[in-house]
Amino acid sequence: MTAIEALWRERVRAAAAAGTPLCLRGGGSKDFYGREAGGDVFELRANTGVVAYEPTELVVTVRGGTPLAELEALLAAQNQFLAFEPPHFGPAATVAGCVAAGLAGPRRMSQGAVRDFVLGVKMLDGRGELLSFGGQVMKNVAGYDVSRLVAGSLGTLGIVLEVSLKVLPRPVAEATLRFEMDEAGAIERMNAWGGQPLPVSATLWQAGVLHLRLSGADAAVRAACARLGGERIDDATAAVLWQSVREHAHEAFALAPGESLWRLAVPTTAPALGLPGRQVMEWGGGLRWLAGPADAAVVRARAAAVGGHATCFRGGDRRGAVFHPLAASVATLHHRLKKAFDPAGILNPGRLYAEF
Amino acid sequence: MMNPEADVLPFGEAERDFSSVDKARVVEALSRVLPPNTLMYETEDLRPYECDGLAAYRALPLVVALPTTEAQVVEVLRICHELDVPVVARGAGTGLSGGALPHTRGVLLSLARFNRILALDPLARTAVVQPGVRNLAISEAAAPYGLYYAPDPSSQIACTIGGNVAENAGGVHCLKYGLTVHNLLCVRGVTIEGEIVEIGSHAPDSAGYDLLALATGSEGMLVVVTEVTVKLVPKPQLAQCVLAAFDDVVRAGEAVARIIAAGIIPAGLEMMDQPATAAVEEFVRAGYPLDAKAILLCEADGTPEEVAEEIERVRAVLEGSGATEIRVSRDEAERLRFWAGRKAAFPAAGRLSPDYYCMDGTIPRKRLGEMLTAIQAMEGRYGLRCMNVFHAGDGNLHPLILFDANQADEFERAEAFGAEILELSVALGGTITGEHGVGLEKINQMCSQFTTAEVRQFFRVKAAFDPPGLLNPGKAIPTLNRCAEYGRMRVSRDHVPYPDLPRF
Repeated sequence: MTAIEALWRERVRAAAAAGTPLCLRGGGSKDFYGREAGGDVFELRANTGVVAYEPTELVVTVRGGTPLAELEALLAAQNQFLAFEPPHFGPAATVAGCVAAGLAGPRRMSQGAVRDFVLGVKMLDGRGELLSFGGQVMKNVAGYDVSRLVAGSLGTLGIVLEVSLKVLPRPVAEATLRFEMDEAGAIERMNAWGGQPLPVSATLWQAGVLHLRLSGADAAVRAACARLGGERIDDATAAVLWQSVREHAHEAFALAPGESLWRLAVPTTAPALGLPGRQVMEWGGGLRWLAGPADAAVVRARAAAVGGHATCFRGGDRRGAVFHPLAASVATLHHRLKKAFDPAGILNPGRLYAEF
Repeated sequence: MMNPEADVLPFGEAERDFSSVDKARVVEALSRVLPPNTLMYETEDLRPYECDGLAAYRALPLVVALPTTEAQVVEVLRICHELDVPVVARGAGTGLSGGALPHTRGVLLSLARFNRILALDPLARTAVVQPGVRNLAISEAAAPYGLYYAPDPSSQIACTIGGNVAENAGGVHCLKYGLTVHNLLCVRGVTIEGEIVEIGSHAPDSAGYDLLALATGSEGMLVVVTEVTVKLVPKPQLAQCVLAAFDDVVRAGEAVARIIAAGIIPAGLEMMDQPATAAVEEFVRAGYPLDAKAILLCEADGTPEEVAEEIERVRAVLEGSGATEIRVSRDEAERLRFWAGRKAAFPAAGRLSPDYYCMDGTIPRKRLGEMLTAIQAMEGRYGLRCMNVFHAGDGNLHPLILFDANQADEFERAEAFGAEILELSVALGGTITGEHGVGLEKINQMCSQFTTAEVRQFFRVKAAFDPPGLLNPGKAIPTLNRCAEYGRMRVSRDHVPYPDLPRF
């Protein structure tokens, strides 16, 4: 056990004994995300460092407080990357924050979500127990897959001390194509492409324009470009575009006072939603962002009607419901799991749902 | 003051005693909700269910229930909950770790009749299937649309998707295409309390905790699956395979690392040592070079352009890694011949030796050479032969220890040999099971991989889904009392069910 781990364990144990809620905080880059959580701020940035990185193993193990940018630079030096392209939302973003938020970027549909790349975690639960789940290998079915459960749990199940992530080689070639297309046409086309052996690595539809990114072997990207047509945009412009979507720096995500940004995850084939506001569509149609003065009840009802869920991502009332309400039977499992990991209810209580 | 030990679960410390379960009462209660032909309790009817693919473990359940509707599953589970009766769910029973071994005081709940594909949406690339649908049947149904279901465990012609979810099944293509957990969208199931839960959705993610990841690979201990939605992916246009021979196993291991270091993620990357090569060559005549100390099989798939590019890169790496011979499959028939030997490794072991014992550890790839050298030394120490086949791309080992149970103490030596391999897997930074599951077979070795606190936490997770601990009790997670014991089972040729199923 490291000195920090020993120190933090005592702090959690003391908080559990006293019933004092802790507000876990890494770089603070995602402070805007989730419900407003009270409690004593517990700074987690100090726990930094790369524990192990062997490029040929395709695995990196890092401490939770390590800056995400630092990890990405380390991987880039070996021509590897985090294939889920996590958004940073600020230079201070940490690896543990990335895992806790569970947010993936443009490459999500072709490569997977954060949880798909989590191989193992070392964590402190709400009892102050030091626990390790999963490991540093690709295939591991010993015990319940707790490490993937932790991804996206917003710090409500434990403090991520260390995480082992699967990494991948950067694609040899990339190209971005531009098509003018209406919303319904884009939904249809993206799904049709998805069923063909094409190296599609990202899609973006916004204001009548569809951008399509292809990644893979040089020959495969060239062949796909020739087959799909469209207008190829230059690589530098494309890089800026995808980065701006990943980080929400793109103008389509800008909010006027009083507006909010909603995130709707829906089946890729869900029809045009017809909700008021400015829309950005990613993930082959599976992710629809909505910026504007939306009515929460209307947005949630629409998301549910097409088989998805809606999150008030930015700018809404953070004392109310941010995440989609859970079905009763699933909510029961959530309550019990929270109790299993944090019986005193001290880890980020209320950040995910008001009830726990 | 909160005592960290205060919320320990009783069934995590010692196995629950179910000796007071009253068979007549269970039969009477279940017959009220199940038609006569779906409830069996006479010994001769129970016999076919006494084991799964790990036939060395056998037990007769109290009753076998074969429900045909989800409503019946709900009723069965409610009754078992009320009467405090263990329930073991079962698909095709092809698992290799005893996960579907019946409980002698419990209900064996077969999902075999849930065998329909409910919907297949080629545009959305999803299939909604019942848990008793065979893995390969999904790909067959998707084939007319140029789609398939990617995870391909070797038993895919027989194993069911419900079992795949329970075990988080892999296959030879998982380095590139992922495991079961990466290819699911939604699982519908029933808890022991009779609650129907929808875990996941047809959207890319769901609100709240990722229960889908938690349920996948949970070995039937959390929920009984009644419906599964899987992702379908476009079928690669072409696949081509490279066969490379090496005069040294460590050098072959290094070649694997170099392929990865070159930025290549092959569709398949397999390795066999000389004893394995010799055994399968005799069996299937794949044309393997018999003088090689190790052979590698490396497969590329994708568009013809992609495959041509990747094969050339792989060939260059292999040439630079000291391969003594490199062959590239010239057509589909030759590609399948390259694979035939690899896929025949288990049956070949069965021909070579009266009994064999298969291990399933996973280690970091860079330790392959170390592991092989250690296994060689163990062969001398235990006086037993071992042939090695690996999913080299992801470090998953299947050493096959050959022995003859009729010879004095050979079984004990094989057990000790296997134990040492698993312990070394953990010591080298790996795991005791990569894809076969813990089941009952490796439950004791779980104690060497996890601490007391972690084992307790697993039981708390189980209790969140299954408060009384009735779903598949005694499997996958060892009670702390059990951790004092140590035991192992063998796979005997005489008792292998589905002897014709490929196993790799």
